[in-house]
This record gives sequence, structure tokens and C-alpha cells, in this order.
Amino acid sequence: MAKLNVNGKMLDVEAAGDTPLLWVIREQIGLTGTKYGCGVAQCGACTVHIDGVATRSCSLPLDAVTAEQKIVTIEGLSPDGKHPVQQAWIKHDVPQCGFCQSGMIMATAALLQANPKATEADIAAEITNICRCGTYARVKTAILDVVAGGTLGRG
Amino acid sequence: MTSASTASSKTSLSRRGLLAGSAAAAGAFSFGFTIPFGSEAQAQAQGAVPEINAWVVIHPDDKVVIRIARSEMGQGTLTGLAQLVAEELNCDWSKVTTEYPTPGQSVARNRVWGNFSTGGSRGIRESHEYVRKGGAAARMMLIQAAANEWKVPAAECAADKSVITHKASGRSLRYGQVAAAAAKIEAPKDVPLKDPKDWIIAGKPLPRLDTADKTNGSKIYGMDLKMPGMLNAAIKDCPVFGGKVKSFDAAAIKAMPGVKHVLPVGDSAVTVVADTWWQAKTALDALPIVWDEGEHAKVSSESLAAWLKEGLDAPNAVVGNQNGDVKAAIAGAARTIEAVYSYPFQNHACMETMNATALYTPEKCEVWTPTQNGEAALAAAAEASGLPIAKCEAYKIDLGGGFGRRGAVHDWVRQVVVIAKQIPGTPVKLIWSREEDMLHGRFHPLTQCKLTGALDKDGNLTGLHMRISGQSIVAGIFPQNIQNGRDPVVFQGLNPPGPEASIGYSVPNLLIDHAMRNPHVPPGFWRGVNLNQNAIYLESFMDELAHAAGKDPLEFRRALMKNHPKHLAVLNAAAEKAEWGKPLPAGVFRGICQTMGFGSYVAAVAEVSVSADGKLKIHRIVAATDPGHAVNPAQIARQVEGSFVYGLSASLYGEITIKDGRVEQENFDTYEVMRLEAMPAVETVLVPSGGFWGGVGEPTIAVAAPAVLNAIFAATGKRIRNLPIKNADLKKA
Repeated sequence: MAKLNVNGKMLDVEAAGDTPLLWVIREQIGLTGTKYGCGVAQCGACTVHIDGVATRSCSLPLDAVTAEQKIVTIEGLSPDGKHPVQQAWIKHDVPQCGFCQSGMIMATAALLQANPKATEADIAAEITNICRCGTYARVKTAILDVVAGGTLGRG
Repeated sequence: MTSASTASSKTSLSRRGLLAGSAAAAGAFSFGFTIPFGSEAQAQAQGAVPEINAWVVIHPDDKVVIRIARSEMGQGTLTGLAQLVAEELNCDWSKVTTEYPTPGQSVARNRVWGNFSTGGSRGIRESHEYVRKGGAAARMMLIQAAANEWKVPAAECAADKSVITHKASGRSLRYGQVAAAAAKIEAPKDVPLKDPKDWIIAGKPLPRLDTADKTNGSKIYGMDLKMPGMLNAAIKDCPVFGGKVKSFDAAAIKAMPGVKHVLPVGDSAVTVVADTWWQAKTALDALPIVWDEGEHAKVSSESLAAWLKEGLDAPNAVVGNQNGDVKAAIAGAARTIEAVYSYPFQNHACMETMNATALYTPEKCEVWTPTQNGEAALAAAAEASGLPIAKCEAYKIDLGGGFGRRGAVHDWVRQVVVIAKQIPGTPVKLIWSREEDMLHGRFHPLTQCKLTGALDKDGNLTGLHMRISGQSIVAGIFPQNIQNGRDPVVFQGLNPPGPEASIGYSVPNLLIDHAMRNPHVPPGFWRGVNLNQNAIYLESFMDELAHAAGKDPLEFRRALMKNHPKHLAVLNAAAEKAEWGKPLPAGVFRGICQTMGFGSYVAAVAEVSVSADGKLKIHRIVAATDPGHAVNPAQIARQVEGSFVYGLSASLYGEITIKDGRVEQENFDTYEVMRLEAMPAVETVLVPSGGFWGGVGEPTIAVAAPAVLNAIFAATGKRIRNLPIKNADLKKA
């Protein structure tokens, strides 16, 4: 039995300690917005926040996460789906198939929280998630729109 | 009229039991959900909210449900097809929702929804007429119902935004008020359609209907399905295609956590079925399996390349396009130019790996899966279960990427049914690991091409022989469609003048032929299909010829395109927008190309630079498309941008190699794809000329690579003839 703080709630989970956090989130906790894409931290579809840092949950064993660490998944990013990044995604009609977009949004939200004035170069360096539909141009536009809006950042 | 939505959703829940069970059990989250698989159609079958016709259901509260037979996989067909129906229906767009009818329902109703196949960019181009007629007929019936109520001629009534009005008397009725009566009216026989110039919903850059739940994690993909009592399966198929399982030691892993079953799947695969997928995968990785790798275990990329090379000069080849006497033209040429190109296997690499959920009992076999062709999924379920189609059903789920992988072949559906049949009454979800997905793709076909061009003393092209050697997708998937050894799909973009995939040049003496060589690696329809490499071969070689003739690549092409006005117009549109011929910043160079396929004409100009140490940067792409009619310009622009990502991924990195009969690449660390960092600015030039319906999901992919390859030549003087580009040394000599 392990304790996890997920989206502001303390949960008891039953899984082997070497189970990747991704599969604990998907199969034990039942939150499926976080996706499996590669299992080797290449594609970023599994990105969640751990204490605000974008983390590829497919390659992080349950053992390595403590009850004190705050895990946020796409479902917990905002109470109403209206986080500035989510709103920008809707405004710019970013997703195509949508499968990678949870990870894309979580990576972006963490980037802009840490670096609210992210430049194109910052975005290119930090947003390394794979999207096979090819939404990159719209992802970039949406991120720059959030930056221009100035709604994110550590006060 | 009665709304039975509550009753029907209860029925569907108890029958299919699609609840977020473990989330509820965890106590912390309570987002129960149902899967919208044909719930309206199911309610209709139970006589609840009556449909106006197969395409349109209108609720008393005016909600419009438009049925979509094609699959949504990101390309926006759900929105585009709904726009076409709504346009003719004259309904309030803000009230529109969509749903999939199931293939089983379609079979039961004489295929009333037509073809479910969603590939070849045919979603809109092959169903626009009958779906628009569905919307128009429904509008006529709704108007007739109102006219009947008012006892006035229907011709005196009009409909707009879901409201029918009788101008003379000032009366009005909402669609929802007359829907039940309209459903009882006989369908009109003569259903005229609007002139596209009068469109107010279709043709407009409307936002997609399906975006919001892709931003908050609530959208359910096949991989996310849950059912009470469901088990999870991981699978390993023999890594050498055509090989078999010799033996496996189930006892070695039986005691591992969660493991319920260790089962054979056909004669080539083994599955572990467990409580969770992670447990299943972990146990499968630990399972000792002995493979009989069979006769192909010695095949390598090198041996395949040598085999295809022999085909470049083989005496026997099937002609795809021919005029004049190319042999004589080459023999009598002032100059001949010759070049050999090659294009590798590639994996579709959908972000969502192959998966399906099945529930089998001796009376019924049901499958839930992301598929590009619901009917093909149903057929696969029937075949694998041994039950008649009437006792099977397939429920479509929006795809986490398709690109052709989830269309013609439903190998994963057969697998899940074979597994479910061994544990009757228990729903089982099969998910392929990324590694399994990489090893067992249906790969972009392997080909080489030898081109010989004849130039006269003035540098005019007098003859062209294009010999393609290599794999046929059709021979691998639909061998019955090979007539006299000819695979017509091999000649995409190279066909004689006509409405589909025709060559854009008139060459006085032309021969394009194919020497078929089919490796054991299974081929598949891969987004863009054969247009991709054919455009690389022809458009790179056109560039070679232009340079050899000392002519501008655009002017050289134009001289051959006088009889191909649509090809030429789109080439000109790209060239103009890119300001072809005008100076660029120092170190930046252009390349240009054009092709035609999937019903549309496309052209592109790429601007690239190559650093002294050989690093390529693609700065800007201008891409022109003439799809005939443009149903949603905003989504077309997204398809064009996405096509460049897919096409540039393929040309920059895409390569599956074979060693010891098996695929060498197992994940994205060795099968690289393009990321945001490499994304160039893409400017979409939409030049719809009307009068025809072309696709937009694929054609642009084919111009991504040749535009960049030709620009690389302009920048470096290096002609890359073997893809992908990553294998080429671009360092300045």
C-alpha cells in the first residue's frame, strides 16, 4: 500500500513498487487522461506535474514518489477545464486526434508557470512531446498567446 | 414524441457496463461516463426519439444529432461531414452533435450509411453527395410536417436555423416541435442540393466540434475503456514475420502478480491476461518463449535492397503509363540523365498503440476499437470468432491516430477476439506495447526507382523512363485486386491524365513501369501511400533534369505542364506566394515541386539553409492546395500543416530497417520523428477551383520531401537520392 497525493487528494494505492506512476494513475486510480505512448520517456504523452515540474510518469516507479509530493494530472490542472493553457488550446483549435494533447498541455502549463515569458526558443527547447498528427504550429501559436496574455507565472 | 434517452442509457449501461469502475472504487473521483457508441441509433432501434432519416435525428429540445459513418482520427471529418449535412438541413449549427452508427446496425439496414472506410482522404470526397442529400431530405420533411400542421403548401414555407416559418401568416415552428411528425413523412425522391456558392455553414472555417474534451483528459480513447470484470492483455507476436511460436513456459510466470491466463493467439503469438495491463506486460516480458522464426530469419535490409536493385533493369515489368517510344527517344537524345532513388519501410507510429476490447459468448461477439473502417473491424470480429456477422458488433471509438494503420488490416481485432474466445463471458482489453506496435506495423512499402531522362540539344525533355522496383501494398493486402500483375496504386501521381493521381507533365516519349518485388515484411497503406515516394522520385528528378538543362526548375516544369492547367495553377500559386525567383537572405535556398493525388492538386516551395557542419534548417514552407470544394478552410490549413509534419518526419528520419528477418527499431528512441523544435513556418495557400471534390488529409505529404530535397540541392549541390535525409552527409565538401 502506498500513499499518493493526486490532484489534491490523498489516495491509497495497491501496486508493486516498480510499477510506473503512469500505470498507477491509469489503472489503480482510474484517471485515463494521462496517456501511454512509448513507456521510455520519449514521447511525453504521460506528462504529469510533480510539485509543479513536468514529469514523464511512464518512467517513474511508484517507489520513487512520496506521499508529500503533489501529483497533478490533466484532470486536476483546473477545476473547470479553464486553465489559461486549456483555454488557449480551445481558442486555437489545437488538437487533432488529441491523444498526445494531455501531455502537451501539462508540459506547457509547467513551462509557463516557471517561465511565463517563454520565447519561441524556450518553447522549442522545452516542449519535446511527440505529436504524430502534427499540431506543432498551433501548439506554438497557443503557447505564445498565453505568454502574451500574461496570465501565468509565479507572483 | 417521447424521449427515451434515460431508458436507453440505462439499457446500454447494463448491457455494456461502461463505467469508470476503478475510479469510483477509489472513492476520490467520481466521473462516471458512458461511451457514445450509437446510443441515438440504439434508442432509435427501440423506437424512442425517431430519426428523420438515417443521417438526422432531432430531439424535442431541438438538439440535432448528425450521424457520421466515417471515423474521426484527428483529420476533422466529423466536423466537415456534419457541416455538409447541417448546410442542407438549414439547422442551428450551435445545436449540432454527432454520433457514429455501428457497422452492425448498418449491415442490418442494408448499409444505409454506405461505406465506413476512412482512408485515402475519401471521408468527404466520396460521401459528400449522399450525406448532403440526407440533410436536404430531412429539411424537406421537416418543412412538409410544419406545412401539414398549418394546412398550407410546403412551397410557402421556409426553414432557417432550425425554425420553419410561413411568411404569409407569420407562423413559425421549431424543428424539435415537428420532428416526430416529419419522421412519419415519406422521404422525398427528388432532393436538389444547394450550389456551393450559397453555402453558409459548409465552406466556412468553423471550429471543430470535438475539441473541448481533448483538453481536459475526459475524452475516452480505446486504450482508456473500462468494463466491470474486465481483464487486460499484453501480446507478443513472432518478431520475424511469418514465424511461429514453438513453445512457451506458462508455469514460469503463472504466480506473478495479477496473472490470470497465459494463452496462445493463433500459431504465431502469445498473450498474458492479467488484472492490469502493467501486470500483463511485466509477466509477458518474463515469459520464456521459443520461436520458430521460419524461412525469413536471414533477410536483411541489405538483401532486400539487392533484390530490388535487380528489378530496376529486369526485363519483365508492368506498364502504368506509356506514350511514344521512350527507347528511341533515349537512344537519339543529345544527352541522357540517369539516377537511382530509394525509399525505406516506415512505421505509422500512431500515438495510441493498437488496442481493442472484446467480449465473447457463444451467442455474441462484441468489439470496441479505434478503427478507420468499422465494417472491416466487424468482419474481422466475425471471422475470428466464427460467429455470423449478425451475431457480432463493432463499436467505433475515435482514434488516437490512424494514418492508414487502422484501416485495411485489423490484425489486433482478430487477436483480441481469439483471446476473448478463450475466456468467454469476460471482457478483455488488448493493448500493444510501443515495441509490439513498432515490430508489427503494416509498413510503408519498400521501393527503388531508376529514372532515365532524354534531353534534346536545347535542353527540352524528350523522353522519360521511370522504372519502379519493389513492394506492392495491394498484393500484400488485397491480392484479389491485382489484375495481370498490375497494382494500380503503385502508379499514384503518375497515371495518365484523369481525375485521380495523374501526372502533371506531358513528355513526348514516356514509360513508367513497375517490377514487383514483395518482401516478407507486410506492407500497409501509409498516409499519403505511394504518392509520397513517387513524388520524391519524379519531382527530384525533374529538378535534376532542369539543372542538367541549365534551366530554372519552375520554368522547366511549366514548359511541360501546358496541358495540365490544374497542376500548373497550383504550382503557380505556390511559386507566387513564395516569391519564387526573388532574392532570399544569405544562405537560404528554395526548392519547388508539385503533384496530384487523392483528388487534389498540391504544390510546395521550401526554404532551407544548411550550416557548414551539415545541419539542415527548414525555415519556411509555402503549400498550395486545390481540393475543388473546400468544406472547412481552417481544418484544411491544419491538415496541410500536419501533413508537413508527417511528411517531413518521414523524409528527415523515417526508416525501418530489417535484420535477421525482423524490424530493428522498437521505440521512438531509434525510430525518430519530428518534434516541435524542427517545425517550420507553414503557409497554406488554398485555391479551391470548384467543380470537383478532392481530399486534404494526404496529398500535401507528398510535396513535403521533394520541396526540401530540391532546396537542399540548391543549398549544397548534394542530391539526396536515398531516404531518409538523416543518413546523408550534408557537410560542405
